Amino acid sequence: MTQITDRKTWLGLLARAPQGRIASLLSQVGPVPPATDLRRPEVGSVMVQGRAGGTGNAFNLGEMTVTRCSLQLPCGTVGHGYVQGRSKADARAAAVVDALLQTDYTNRVHAAVTALLAAEAAARQKSRAAKAAATRVEFFTLVRGED
Amino acid sequence: MYVAVKGGERAIDNAHAWLAEERRGDLAVPELTTAQIREQMTLAVNRVMAEGSLYDPDLAALAIKQARGDLIEAIFLIRAYRTTLPRFGSSLPVDTGAMACDRRISATFKDLPGGQVLGPTFDYTHRLLDFMLAADGDVPAAPEMPVDPAPVPHVMSFLNSEGLIAQETCDGTPASDLTRAPLELPAARALRLQALTRGDEGFVLGMAYSTQRGYARNHAFVGELRIGTVPVEMEIPELGISIEIGEITLTECETVNQFTGSKTEPAQFTRGYGLVFGQTERKAISMALVDRALRWEELGEDDQGAPAQDAEFVLYHCDNIQATGFLEHIKLPHYVDFQSELELVRKLRRDATGQGAE
Amino acid sequence: MDNAALQGGFIDPARDAARAFRAGMEAMARPGTIQTLNGCTAPAPMSVAAATLLATLCDAETPLHLAGTCDTDGVRDWVRFHLGAPLVGRADAMFAVGDWDALAPLDAYAVGTPDYPDRSATLIVEVAALTNTGATLTGPGIAQTVTLSLPDGLLAARVARYPLGIDFYFTCGDCIAALPRTTKGAR
Repeated sequence: MTQITDRKTWLGLLARAPQGRIASLLSQVGPVPPATDLRRPEVGSVMVQGRAGGTGNAFNLGEMTVTRCSLQLPCGTVGHGYVQGRSKADARAAAVVDALLQTDYTNRVHAAVTALLAAEAAARQKSRAAKAAATRVEFFTLVRGED
Repeated sequence: MYVAVKGGERAIDNAHAWLAEERRGDLAVPELTTAQIREQMTLAVNRVMAEGSLYDPDLAALAIKQARGDLIEAIFLIRAYRTTLPRFGSSLPVDTGAMACDRRISATFKDLPGGQVLGPTFDYTHRLLDFMLAADGDVPAAPEMPVDPAPVPHVMSFLNSEGLIAQETCDGTPASDLTRAPLELPAARALRLQALTRGDEGFVLGMAYSTQRGYARNHAFVGELRIGTVPVEMEIPELGISIEIGEITLTECETVNQFTGSKTEPAQFTRGYGLVFGQTERKAISMALVDRALRWEELGEDDQGAPAQDAEFVLYHCDNIQATGFLEHIKLPHYVDFQSELELVRKLRRDATGQGAE
Repeated sequence: MDNAALQGGFIDPARDAARAFRAGMEAMARPGTIQTLNGCTAPAPMSVAAATLLATLCDAETPLHLAGTCDTDGVRDWVRFHLGAPLVGRADAMFAVGDWDALAPLDAYAVGTPDYPDRSATLIVEVAALTNTGATLTGPGIAQTVTLSLPDGLLAARVARYPLGIDFYFTCGDCIAALPRTTKGAR
């Protein structure tokens, strides 16, 4: 599939990956340069905001758990990982993937990690949408003749 | 030699041990896993996330297991856990117009772009206990049909194009946060919405029902109800851009209510809004009705003295953790208080019989 | 954001921050004593002690004012990444950091309210040297007296009436001392 070259896109993909998936896929890439932590994985929360009436002023809806990590490869490239949930291993793996995608490892990592994550996410969404589509009501209008 | 032992400590330790045993129940019965609760008790998990005000299904499932199914106890656990998490920041406001809808219905318009999508709903079940569920069984796969890629716009925009309903506008006012500053009255709408979305479902339902029975005389229609996932985006300073940090399931309900015009305002429809974590339909609709009732003042309506119009009554009593906290505190020893009451009652009776004897 | 701004955070946040908090607390509880405080580094010219104190006490809910030479792009980026603290002017600041000439005068800083005297600013004054010489201090937490080198004019500038007031930290290299509003000073 077409390579994801946009950092915003691949970071969003990593954030939504199911728990354990990034680390598992990353291990398939083979040996990668060791990364040093700039900020060790930490679990925290983000306050989610909604809009009154869907379009109006923002209001605070509630928090969600997020884990983040920042690290640096020996070549100096910095990677940041933000994942939904409380997995430090996933946050670190996401940061490693983010860093590697900015280096010569990009093709390898894309093929082994981000391409698969994208395909899996698309498949999940498609399956759900198809089930929802099956519950869509088709109204049949009866035309009653003059009798 | 006496060793001072606080009798309470031993009793408490033993109570905890028995609690653990009761929680586990019959050892011959397999133990519940949090994964089972998360997957098969999803609507309970949703309520705990919504009222605990923390979106994390695994944590909510654990809380429910630990609380033995007492959802308010589970919500208490989640609220406490939430305070231990450092807050990284706030998200950008979610765009519910871009929701991937599992369910999307409107009671006001039959034919609408995107259609009426029932989703996995209880609405059309016959409410007969299904004893087949008492035994394990295979569930056949749900049917799938081709997906219509057309966008699913908010229904309210149709009314808005005729000028019949006011579009909610954003003036950029930052949302106040009642997890950081105490709730003070008068409360702006953003604060009311935050309080309602975390409020107790039963209380908000009762308040909503009261508005339908004439306590605030507001006939509401469900303009749109949608349930599905939305991405959550946040600005990351070290990246210089905003990125998606996850996706969550939300239930959004927009109600349409009538407002007969005044000398200066033409007759038009007004709105109520409900937005809740997870698939929490009853709560979202209730929230929208109560939101509308609390808007009476800014919409120029009369205060009919209805409880749902009283912001202090609604907002100060809708939080079930605050409520149960104060309620349950009366179990604590009040021996001295009561002793003085007892003495007073005895004295009054002595005085009364003393007078009668004369 | 420059990579340099991403460096310098706590290596072992749970332990390091706890140790740092203890040092900051000791300094405030025993005014005039000089404690060692390190664990974080920020871009120049911020001292190690000031950087570590900020990393311990500040987060997204503690508005911070950077004064004078402390207000550089490098320091701003460091604050944004490591602390998440909003950067504000004097009036809205919960914490302010800089040398005395840049922080003074004190009028614009919050001194608290009668109901909430704690809603005041804490000033972190970067000094060239920090020694137990100079001003004589007495009050809670001080056995008899203690002497501490204070910037000229600081004692005179403290005009708010107790319980209102501003509390001070003094930082130099990896050394820190404090002057809470309860301490009386004389030159």
